[in-house]
Amino acid sequence: MSNAILVVGGGFSGLTAAIEAAELGHDVYIVEKSPWLGGRVAQLNKYFPKLCPPSCGLEIQFQRIRKNPRIHCLTMANVIGVNGSKGNYTVRVRLEPRHTPPHNVDFTFLASTLEGEVASEFDLGLSKRKALYKAMPFAYPARYVLDTTTLSKADNARIAGKASLDPSEEAREIELSVGAIVVATGWKPYDVTNLSNLGAGSVKNCISNMQLERLASPFGPTQGKIVRPTDGRTPHSVAFVQCAGSRDQNHLNYCSYICCMATLKHCLYFAEQHPTTQITVFYIDLRAPGRYVNVLEKVQALPNVHFIKGKVANVTQSDGDCCCIQAEDAIRGEKLTLNYDMVVLATGMQPTLATEKCPIPVAVDADGFIAGGEEAGIFACGCAVMPLDVTRSAQSGTAAALKAVQTVKGR
Amino acid sequence: MAEKIGVYFDLANIGGGLDVQNLADEATKKWGDLIAVTKLVPELANAVSEIADDIAKEKLDGVLLCGASPRIDTELYRFPVQVDYVNLREQCVLSYKNPDGSPYIVADTAPKELQELALDYVQMGVAKLQKSNVPDSAAITTTPRILVIGGGWTGLTAAKEAASMGYEVILVEKKGELGGAVVNMPVVSPLGPMWDKKEESNLKFKIQAVTQDPKVTVYLNAVMEKLEGQPGEYVAHIATSEGTKTEAVGTVILATGWVPLDAKYLEPMGLGRSPKVVTAAEFGKMLVSGATIPARVAFVLDTTMAENAWKEKAEALAKEAEEAKPEEAGEATEAPFVKADLESMKHLQYSNAVNSVGMLRLANTVCEKTNDRSQAYILYKNMTVPGILERFYKKMQDRLGVMMTKADVTDIREVGDHMVVSCQNTLLGCDFDLDVDLVVLPTGLVPTTAKEVTVQFGYRQGPEFPDLELFDGFADSNYICFPYETRRTGVYAAGCVRQPLTLDACEVDAKGAVLKAVQCLEAAGHGVAVHPRALDNSYPVFNFVRCTQCKRCTEECPFGALDDDEKGTPKPNPARCRRCGTCFGACPERVISFANYNIDQIGSMIRQVRVPADFKKEGPRILILACENDAYPALDMAGMRRRTWSPFCRVIPVRCLGSVNAIWISDAMSKGFDGVMLLGCKYGDDYQCHFVKGSEICNRRMQNIAETLDRLGVQPERVEQLEVAIDEYDKVPDLIDGFVTRIVALGPNPFKGM
Repeated sequence: MSNAILVVGGGFSGLTAAIEAAELGHDVYIVEKSPWLGGRVAQLNKYFPKLCPPSCGLEIQFQRIRKNPRIHCLTMANVIGVNGSKGNYTVRVRLEPRHTPPHNVDFTFLASTLEGEVASEFDLGLSKRKALYKAMPFAYPARYVLDTTTLSKADNARIAGKASLDPSEEAREIELSVGAIVVATGWKPYDVTNLSNLGAGSVKNCISNMQLERLASPFGPTQGKIVRPTDGRTPHSVAFVQCAGSRDQNHLNYCSYICCMATLKHCLYFAEQHPTTQITVFYIDLRAPGRYVNVLEKVQALPNVHFIKGKVANVTQSDGDCCCIQAEDAIRGEKLTLNYDMVVLATGMQPTLATEKCPIPVAVDADGFIAGGEEAGIFACGCAVMPLDVTRSAQSGTAAALKAVQTVKGR
Repeated sequence: MAEKIGVYFDLANIGGGLDVQNLADEATKKWGDLIAVTKLVPELANAVSEIADDIAKEKLDGVLLCGASPRIDTELYRFPVQVDYVNLREQCVLSYKNPDGSPYIVADTAPKELQELALDYVQMGVAKLQKSNVPDSAAITTTPRILVIGGGWTGLTAAKEAASMGYEVILVEKKGELGGAVVNMPVVSPLGPMWDKKEESNLKFKIQAVTQDPKVTVYLNAVMEKLEGQPGEYVAHIATSEGTKTEAVGTVILATGWVPLDAKYLEPMGLGRSPKVVTAAEFGKMLVSGATIPARVAFVLDTTMAENAWKEKAEALAKEAEEAKPEEAGEATEAPFVKADLESMKHLQYSNAVNSVGMLRLANTVCEKTNDRSQAYILYKNMTVPGILERFYKKMQDRLGVMMTKADVTDIREVGDHMVVSCQNTLLGCDFDLDVDLVVLPTGLVPTTAKEVTVQFGYRQGPEFPDLELFDGFADSNYICFPYETRRTGVYAAGCVRQPLTLDACEVDAKGAVLKAVQCLEAAGHGVAVHPRALDNSYPVFNFVRCTQCKRCTEECPFGALDDDEKGTPKPNPARCRRCGTCFGACPERVISFANYNIDQIGSMIRQVRVPADFKKEGPRILILACENDAYPALDMAGMRRRTWSPFCRVIPVRCLGSVNAIWISDAMSKGFDGVMLLGCKYGDDYQCHFVKGSEICNRRMQNIAETLDRLGVQPERVEQLEVAIDEYDKVPDLIDGFVTRIVALGPNPFKGM
């Protein structure tokens, strides 16, 4: 029997669940597959509705982790097996090699001298990263990763003999005993290559909303300047395509909750950086639940933002690396063909478990959302259950922490 | 007071050509026996067991780690004594540039200015540790009982969950029965996977589970009369039909839900003018009572008509109020508390998602009950059915009798024995008038906190939650990441009193609130803080002998932690305290301190800086008091990104700008500093202060500080408060350099060298 809790996923809901349970006196293991905690929110520039930086909340979470010896963070870690039952699970975890020391070493200079490069996953392909890298300045743990597959021959020579790097480090496995499991495996942006009518990711300057977040981020590929990826030029006209994949039975058969609000936030990014840029938002419904209507009203009052109710039929390339949109104005019943300097696809959320096998024995529905598990002491939270914004992910994580604590309490 | 300190220099993380041995020697020379161990270690992370051995062998009571930022690898350095850090990497070597502004090309020997910067920081670090104590325990004996106010869907969920955690529960319900709004909703929106069906509410069982739980005591027809004390040992006075009951409770969950928006707001849409216009809540009741369902029912979600009518009315009223504005009262006296009515049209708009989901459910029920003989029309501007409930949306509209269109509803009028609803901009390609037998309008969920005082705090700062007007009366905060935080420690709001939520979300919210309530109760028992300084065991200690009862601390505490007696002597409630230090920032007599963070400590740090007498030759000295939550990490990240700032600045992290006491500024000025920069979070309505009001309060105090400086003959421009967000690491160096430039233009501090 164990009164420890396993949290799978170190994004915002997982972090919340883990920290809240630990602050109630429980030992918690966070198993995060990427090298750093923070998940999707770490990639965001600002949160709606306040337009405050996500790293502010993450910093508090990281401080809480630093101060709490009950929280054990395992990064580059994956659950590979679960045995046992409620109250008494044995979990096997595989730890991928990081090839860097178990403490912080400032590799900024060494990293900059390396030549091997690969498209940055964190910047969704908008920039390149080196073999030795740290994706974000507020990274927790504050440690670099060495991706040995990206090292060039010269790089290998350069790092040879560096005592602090261990390119031959191998993966290892550990076993954890826990009484309850929180599944917070989160989401990923829907793969635009599935959206063939919207250019499938091949139309230049037609980017996804998450890519726009990276462009707007002060540590993004352009240090926060929102420009066209092809020529670095300020876009004078921009279209947002809502429900790019969402609310569509051929793609995501549900609404992704955040994309309307994300687009409204993006309109505010433009209003701040490029107030004269003309923006058109093509939408089915503008979903600004609750007090978020205030953001909707604020954006509707902007002189250069226009809303058209109608679904975009397709996006194609036009002259000057511009994007041509064909859409229908559902109110006027008109077919529209319009050209834009840049198009942003408001792609939705796909649960991670839609395309990856769940390592935890729990029911997953046809869309990849977790449906059940409570009886077995397994509690899902955040976007692994349904699309949610950050606040509701935090609520959901806190609620999952309660159920997990109830399960292990008194054991 | 740390009396035997070990100082460790992390050679791997210092660099920059600094003469580390010299730093060590200078520190030893200055502090003598205080420093028992000084070591230059090749890599600090590998010296953990060595440090632990030193602590045991030399009986050290503090260690000072000089190297990377205190935000780095902290979890490696958990020693049984006080640990502090000197940031010689991010905010010293990495952010250093030459006095003339040129970049520093790392040399074998650091320039004089860099060496001096590092030495100042080391001496400041030793001073800080020397003035730091291990706090005594503030643990109290707690009552393991949770008070839940409100016996609706959220309150019932919370009561059951809290009881399942092993706590006793007191459930207070205003009405004569439990169940709240759901009593009139036998069938509800989805409560779980697959999220696509109407469900039985099974409210009966939910109520039974609570009333049959021996841990739960229910008070019906009861409201709060007063809540006094602090988390862990609150006393709740509950007004019941049998008089006042007094219960000891640990923490509180506020689940008082909502009341329907006054009918007058929907009057422009016909409500109250015709019996054929009802709200969704009323229509739900009709269905429950088995009333005959008319043949044609319009569910109107577009409320623009009413919004516009009220906008005009509100503007006219505002103008009237402006004209009738009375003369400003002379002396500000303490006005008696009057509850402001915060109900407004906004509440209808905020209820959009709840109404979209609710109307779908009702329309579907109409068709189901009549086998589609009745026709239900849903007229909407935006169907706000976000997220997974899209599945419910699809299922509900997939019904013969349900007809939906986007429409701008421009008129609703009674014509003969039926109603006519005029629709424009529809999806049908034309405008039309719809003839129906009944019009159902949305229900505005007005949080109870907008209308009445729910908790009745027996606090010095009054019975009400502060800032309710910022959230249109909802008992919410503007934290995005920490939704349960309010400015009243140990009281957690959940459900529709916090924001309009569907029932599934209310259940999640209730569970989360229970966790927070239990956590706060346990924290009080251990004498530690809750969010955002969770587990912090320090707390403010008052030296009442010197207190002049000026009440500034009791008034300024963002969390209302301090009560007072008739004379005005503050009465601390450590379990309500969030440890921000705003109280000691406020205190003109400096009678408040934390064991490990106090006026004298920061003052001593300031005095450790060597301020050269010759401003022209050796440059100015600028003190930066930086908020440790956002500004300090931003400076770290600036350094990490090799952004640099003037080498004449000395940074001291503070818990919150609210904790900045004016004496530190006087200390700095009399020491000869030329300027003081207060670097903290954004304030105003979209505040980012982790203690909500700290940076705003600091800003308010600036006026006093300016006057004091003026009296001393120092230009007030020498002190500035600047806002910085945590992600403005690329901007903050310019912010600093801009200030330094302004100070240089002012010339040296007149007190310099005196």
